[in-house]
Amino acid sequence: MIINHPLLGPRDSAEFVYLGDASLIERPDPAAETALADFVDYAYMRENPAGSLRELWFHEAGDRSWLVVTRNTMTHEISDVQMARDVARKIGCSK
Amino acid sequence: MRYSGFKVIKEALTGHKGWTPAWRDPEPQSHYDIVIIGGGGHGLATAHYLAKVYGEKKIAVLEKGWIGGGNVGRNTTIVRSNYLLDGNEPFYEMSLKLWEGLEQDLNYNAMISQRGIMNLIHSDAQRDAFVRRGNAMMLNGADAEYLDLDQIKKEYPFLNFDDARFPIKGGLAQRRGGTVRHDAVAWGYARSADSHGVDIIQNCEVTGFRIENGKCLGVETSRGYIGASKVGCAVAGSSGRLMAKANMRLPIESHVLQAFVSEGLKPVLPGVITFGAGHFYVSQSDKGGLVFGGDLDGYNSYAQRGNLPVVEDVCEGGMAIMPMIGRARLLRMWGGIMDMSMDGSPIIDQTHIDGLYFNGGWCYGGFKATPASGMVFAHLLAKDEPHETATAYRFDRFKTGHMIDEKGMGNQPNLH
Repeated sequence: MIINHPLLGPRDSAEFVYLGDASLIERPDPAAETALADFVDYAYMRENPAGSLRELWFHEAGDRSWLVVTRNTMTHEISDVQMARDVARKIGCSK
Repeated sequence: MRYSGFKVIKEALTGHKGWTPAWRDPEPQSHYDIVIIGGGGHGLATAHYLAKVYGEKKIAVLEKGWIGGGNVGRNTTIVRSNYLLDGNEPFYEMSLKLWEGLEQDLNYNAMISQRGIMNLIHSDAQRDAFVRRGNAMMLNGADAEYLDLDQIKKEYPFLNFDDARFPIKGGLAQRRGGTVRHDAVAWGYARSADSHGVDIIQNCEVTGFRIENGKCLGVETSRGYIGASKVGCAVAGSSGRLMAKANMRLPIESHVLQAFVSEGLKPVLPGVITFGAGHFYVSQSDKGGLVFGGDLDGYNSYAQRGNLPVVEDVCEGGMAIMPMIGRARLLRMWGGIMDMSMDGSPIIDQTHIDGLYFNGGWCYGGFKATPASGMVFAHLLAKDEPHETATAYRFDRFKTGHMIDEKGMGNQPNLH
């Protein structure tokens, strides 16, 4: 698979480390009343769709940036790549 | 019809006119006591033990394609019980014992060959860890044997003993481990289940569950609605897809694992060998092909095919311990989809929906577990309580902190 890095252009997926579902960006509020249940859900439960999935890839053998890659799990086709930083800021994360 | 040597000779002398189909092809009935989704090894084994051991009647196995067309037909056929943790080892040892008696139980030749499995040791720390594992195995009634370098040189003279980076220091052997003809497992269980009255319904895809007031009443299928008092799901690889139809999320990701077979060779490998410094395992099939594999590709996939970086990595692992493998040409390679759970161990439990039961999360160790998985899932379906060897395989262990993490990797499914 070739991942089209927003800054570096097309890179071999072997340069990356895979973390998983991009919903991991949205860490629950540890001060919430339901924090325990929220974190169990956040840490262990997954949508695991057969089809389009947004996922986190880390460019370990490159510029060490985190990317949000939208990829089809049935065909391995990649339809969108964004910097995870930009995605996180858009939803209001501070870093 | 019972199979026997006498029967084979009689049929050979009378033109093979007396053989009958090994199982029926029934139309689905409108209601069953127990419906099992998934006609793979685990589903068929469950049906067999439900009918034969637990005396249940009116059972159906629903399979979307043909039986044995999923992971039971796509694995590397290794059976073993070399686990460390208490939640696992009694279960896998029961499985190995069931393998040992399987052919008599099923009256079917599954070509079970206890040729042994040997895990190579490459460092002092690894020796400590493997000796500890061997002790844990023996405490649970399994066999384990520590091999020193001289013994390994005698038994496996073709290994690369001079590797500067990963010298071989010893090995942990389980002599009762080995290989099984994987397709025959599915066929043997199917034939036996059928002979005990189980309806095996192929080309019948489950498209949804009928759930009312928190109770599962039956399943919608491509061949119409089928009512069921209890529904058991055993579709590892596709668990995410199936359980989403019941609005369930699982502590599971689906990943692709590749496997490889070389051209047929004369006998060169006495048993199963695993590389301790990388991830590589190899055995030789009875047809002569070297059957080997290694790591997952590492990303979520339902595609049943992998990519080239892992092919390279697996072949490097093979070359590192067994340079002669470089002279063999690769005949086939393929990918299968694994339920990778969050702690690397399976889940066999009731769901929060009344009458709906789940068996999955086998990671890439499902084949060796087939008989025990069938036995304990049958126990759960028949008695509504877990089998004594499967009490740890609960859904809520992630919430309560009772993970069964053999490799100590945490909730990162692609590392288990």
